[in-house]
Amino acid sequence: MNETTFRRKKDLPSIHLLGTGTPMCAGCGGLEVLHQIYDILGERTVFVNAAGCMTLLATYPFTPFRGSWLYTSMASAAAGAQGVRDGLDILLGKGEISSGEDLQVVVLAGDGSSYGMGLSATSSAIERGLDFIYICYDNEGYGNTGQQYSDATPHGARTATSKGPRGFPGYKKDLFAIWAAHKPAYVATVLGSEPLDLAQKVEKAKSLKGSRFILALAPCPTGWDYDPKDTVEIGTLALKAGVWPLKEYMAGNVVHTHIPRMRVPVEDYLKAQGRFGHLFHPYRNEAVIGEIQGMVDAYWESVG
Amino acid sequence: MKRTLLTGNGSAAWGARLAKIDYLPAFPITPQTEIIETIAKWIDAGEMNCRMVTLESEHSMMTAAGTAAATGVRVFTATSSQGLLYAMEMLYTIAGWRVPFVLVNVSRGLSAPITLEPDHNDILAARDCGFLQIHCSTCQEVLDSVLIACRLSEHTSVRLPVIVNLDGFYLSFTREPVEVPEPELAQEFVGPFASQGMSFRASSPVSQAVAVLGGSPYSYFRYETHLAAQNGVSAYGEISREFEQAFGRRQDAVEEYRMDDAELAFFMIGSFATKAKDAVDRLRRAGWKIGLLRPRLLRPFPSELIRRALAGKLGVAVIDQNLSVGKGGVLFTEIASSLYGMERAPLLVSFIGGLGGRDISLEELYEMASVTRKAAQEGKAPPARLLYTEEELREVRKLQAIAHVERQELEPGR
Repeated sequence: MNETTFRRKKDLPSIHLLGTGTPMCAGCGGLEVLHQIYDILGERTVFVNAAGCMTLLATYPFTPFRGSWLYTSMASAAAGAQGVRDGLDILLGKGEISSGEDLQVVVLAGDGSSYGMGLSATSSAIERGLDFIYICYDNEGYGNTGQQYSDATPHGARTATSKGPRGFPGYKKDLFAIWAAHKPAYVATVLGSEPLDLAQKVEKAKSLKGSRFILALAPCPTGWDYDPKDTVEIGTLALKAGVWPLKEYMAGNVVHTHIPRMRVPVEDYLKAQGRFGHLFHPYRNEAVIGEIQGMVDAYWESVG
Repeated sequence: MKRTLLTGNGSAAWGARLAKIDYLPAFPITPQTEIIETIAKWIDAGEMNCRMVTLESEHSMMTAAGTAAATGVRVFTATSSQGLLYAMEMLYTIAGWRVPFVLVNVSRGLSAPITLEPDHNDILAARDCGFLQIHCSTCQEVLDSVLIACRLSEHTSVRLPVIVNLDGFYLSFTREPVEVPEPELAQEFVGPFASQGMSFRASSPVSQAVAVLGGSPYSYFRYETHLAAQNGVSAYGEISREFEQAFGRRQDAVEEYRMDDAELAFFMIGSFATKAKDAVDRLRRAGWKIGLLRPRLLRPFPSELIRRALAGKLGVAVIDQNLSVGKGGVLFTEIASSLYGMERAPLLVSFIGGLGGRDISLEELYEMASVTRKAAQEGKAPPARLLYTEEELREVRKLQAIAHVERQELEPGR
């Protein structure tokens, strides 16, 4: 699909659908992304939620959504989406509801669920070709419980459970590749700080059938330790440093939608966040900074 | 109405077929698998208009069952043992959603040690989750109970998921003569799915299963669920009376077998109750005044019906095919709490047996009757008895001896 409604920033929706006054933290990168996604997906949606920060969006008796919502569990949001999709299809098939009553089924989950506990249910939903959109807001840790490290935490990051001088010793899981390996209809990474790219991808996902995945980096002021006003800036740095490649998978091919020709050093991104502060203070940890830069360089070399 | 030989699993499948279920989220587990295989075969043959999806776990299966019911279709599913426990988080969750659907559990003992054979620890682990529970002792009851469970689950005063329980092997794989109702009659009884407003539609957005902040709203919704479950006793009574009118079979909330003039009673659930009935008949021929009391409905617990049935009785042998480790029999604590404070309540004696498929023999039933009679006469209950014979112990000692010899062979000097 080459046609897009969103050619320039002024084409982006000017009316915003998601209500305000949610209990999310100031500067929440996940909410930044959800606002933009919801403007495009619209209210003919049912959000099937997995346990995470966003579970608190709909708190009795309030919801910021104009459409529908269902909270499930941490492990089984994708299975929940299966039941809703099948339920709607059964009712459509029997003529008990008209196609005008149909809904787009959307999973909303954090990285704790998406990279870990919920992966089994998700893998099997993709394998069945479930017609749904899966949104992961990835703040690279179990944010809702105070940012303990998760399968999505990057190497070296300080979290509530990796406070030592080396930070988190593990490496971030490549969820984009795991999804793509299932050969679903669509997989894309997005950034809240790149609204045009995001809008085009969500628009594309919306136009397709089958399993579709939007993986959003969600800068997290409380978990990553930076000033809430800098959320957009952190996203921009993630892009410029090449830490968060913007790409999409479709029909067997991965295409980068933005290639940072002149990447800034990865330490510009790291330095902006307290969670990497121990790599610079009290002394510079050249080994770990170099290792992270090396991984980013190797990634961009590998994709040509 | 046709009479045919069906297994317990086949009866459960027939129940689902006659109830015209829309949706079957599935996951195989012994001894339940025959249920989903049977329905899958009917779907493939075009004999059933039902969507079946196999998920990757019981946890996911139960989630999909709940969300499909929340979308407004009639859902049926089945599991067993480890699967029920794997889905436990969702059992509590879905009951809290107040969605109607029917789950068949084929009871099987829990690991460890891992086994395939039945007892009731699996289903009783789900005792507090908010699903109502109907317990069967024959294949006929399995079929009938699935139909009744649909009605109970969708009843306006209830609206909760219902589990129909049958014992693995003793019922699941045992063929018994079963009367299969005429489809038209069954559908007339069950009716179309009563979603009671549960749905997701573009024109009427709704938030379901949202979070609450604080104990007050939480308590409110939990109490609501509890009160709805308690409504299940009268709702069940109403539905089972209608069932009797339609099909001529009684499936009372509490079965009373030869209880009228009984002084003593067996109290138990499940298929072994049919053996206890045999024991009752034989003991009666020997001059004993004994009967059997068996709750079909275990959640809600029909305390009043049980108190009424036991008024004036002298002693009750409570037979638990489960073990609350460190406490004893679960049914025993249930009935004891129900009779607490009752004037001239019968003396209760606790027996644990039939774990992991172990049989309960006629001789043991006689022994339990005898111990209970003595206790009632003396007005003093003995400690709970764990049924085990000398013969069994000898057999286990043999297994241990083999294990010992084999180890010495492999690791001399140990």
